[in-house]
Amino acid sequence: MASEKLSSEAEVEEYLRKSLANRVSQTMYKEILSEVLKTWRKHGLYIDELKAIADEVVKRYEGSIVEPGEPVGTVAAQSIGEPSTQMTLRTFHYAGVKEFNVTLGLPRLIEIVDARKKPSTPYMEIHLVEEYSGSEDKAREVQRAIETTTVENIVKKIDIDPFTGITIVLDKEMMGDKGVTINDVSKALEKLRLGEILADEAESTISIVPKELIDFSKLEKVRRNVLSLRIKGVKGVKKVIIQRRTIQREGREVEEYVLIAEGSNLRDVMSVEGVDYRRVFTNNIREVEEILGIEAARNAIIREIISVLEDQGLDVDIRHVMLVADVMTWSGSVKQIGRHGVAGEKSSVLAKSAFEMTVQKLVEAALGGEVDFLPGVAENVIVGQIVPVGTGMVELYVKPGLREERDESSQ
Amino acid sequence: MLRSKSKKADILEHEWVPKHEVLSPEEAAEVLKELGVKPIQLPWIKASDPIVRAIGARVGEVIKIHRRSHTSGETIVYRYVVVDVE
Repeated sequence: MASEKLSSEAEVEEYLRKSLANRVSQTMYKEILSEVLKTWRKHGLYIDELKAIADEVVKRYEGSIVEPGEPVGTVAAQSIGEPSTQMTLRTFHYAGVKEFNVTLGLPRLIEIVDARKKPSTPYMEIHLVEEYSGSEDKAREVQRAIETTTVENIVKKIDIDPFTGITIVLDKEMMGDKGVTINDVSKALEKLRLGEILADEAESTISIVPKELIDFSKLEKVRRNVLSLRIKGVKGVKKVIIQRRTIQREGREVEEYVLIAEGSNLRDVMSVEGVDYRRVFTNNIREVEEILGIEAARNAIIREIISVLEDQGLDVDIRHVMLVADVMTWSGSVKQIGRHGVAGEKSSVLAKSAFEMTVQKLVEAALGGEVDFLPGVAENVIVGQIVPVGTGMVELYVKPGLREERDESSQ
Repeated sequence: MLRSKSKKADILEHEWVPKHEVLSPEEAAEVLKELGVKPIQLPWIKASDPIVRAIGARVGEVIKIHRRSHTSGETIVYRYVVVDVE
């Protein structure tokens, strides 16, 4: 090769920057630079060779860019839809996190795109701050603070008598396990306003002397109220388990304890001592939207869909999923993608009537004096025009003055 | 409104929340001119969005969002603050 060899790393970088900067994305540039430098250190590089690499990169990159008019939505729908048929026949419910069930597979995917108010199996992933994440005892402390403990969890025996009142015998072992003292219990019981509370610490017995006779018909109800009384924990979070994970931190393998919670309450869990509020995650997308905003909800949608697909061993390009998330969050709140597409987005009368209730839709449109500007694919197929996709989208304007008007009408 | 502010749990620092930034009217006009769109054609963000409140943006302003993209490092997107209709 006739050309010169590159003499220093700086020169390689300089040359690569000149030929690639602003033509490919930042991440890509960084990656290519590191690869090129690796090769240069090993074998050296000629200017011609680097030029060939840069040209090829730009060619490939530009070839991968979406062209104007490409129906990305349709492609995304097909790219997610087809693999989804593969998972239908497999898992519906599956013990994902050992101890409790998590909806996975197609039902979960449908749930996400439907933008339900609450997932059928809400759960949270709670990371802890560094001082807590390394030790199991500390993690247990946080677990106890978050996990809901009701009277039912720690009771050995409960007697209820309309004349003498309620006697609760507590299980000491369970109390120790949950980190509850008898004082906690009596304090919580005060909220029910059943009467005077007498706690006997040695016998771990609590008796409640009612102010008046308890109505016979209400005995069972009172019993249930007492048993389901929440002593401590975060509302809405039922069971919390501790998971041990091995992660990479500063190049070393470190053990980290992570809490997985059944049920979800982002706001309250975020302010619990020991919890790293930057890394509290939930699978409840509506909750993310409400507490962390629409951009976080977008991230949640992407993450959830990808995790469902990956879990099923399906390989779907993330860009399709990102498009779905973008469309769902476009209007500032999470919109569902149902049978009618993204709710309320379809403006064409013909497209609407092509789907369901043809006559009604047409009559309604006629009564309302609606105008169809034929913006989409379906309506153009109906009237026999070229669909506005790919080259069909190209329109030529002769008079610049007309442009304004056309823009108005096609929206 | 949110307890998080006082209780050190700042939602702006959450891993899922990208950096939001309010644009001045001049910057916004420049962005819109470059993109060739009207503000209403940008993706929206509700005025009641917790992040919008946290950074104190108001209806009619344009927010610049630095997303961490899975495919291209950091990407910049814009959202237009709209009145919450629901």
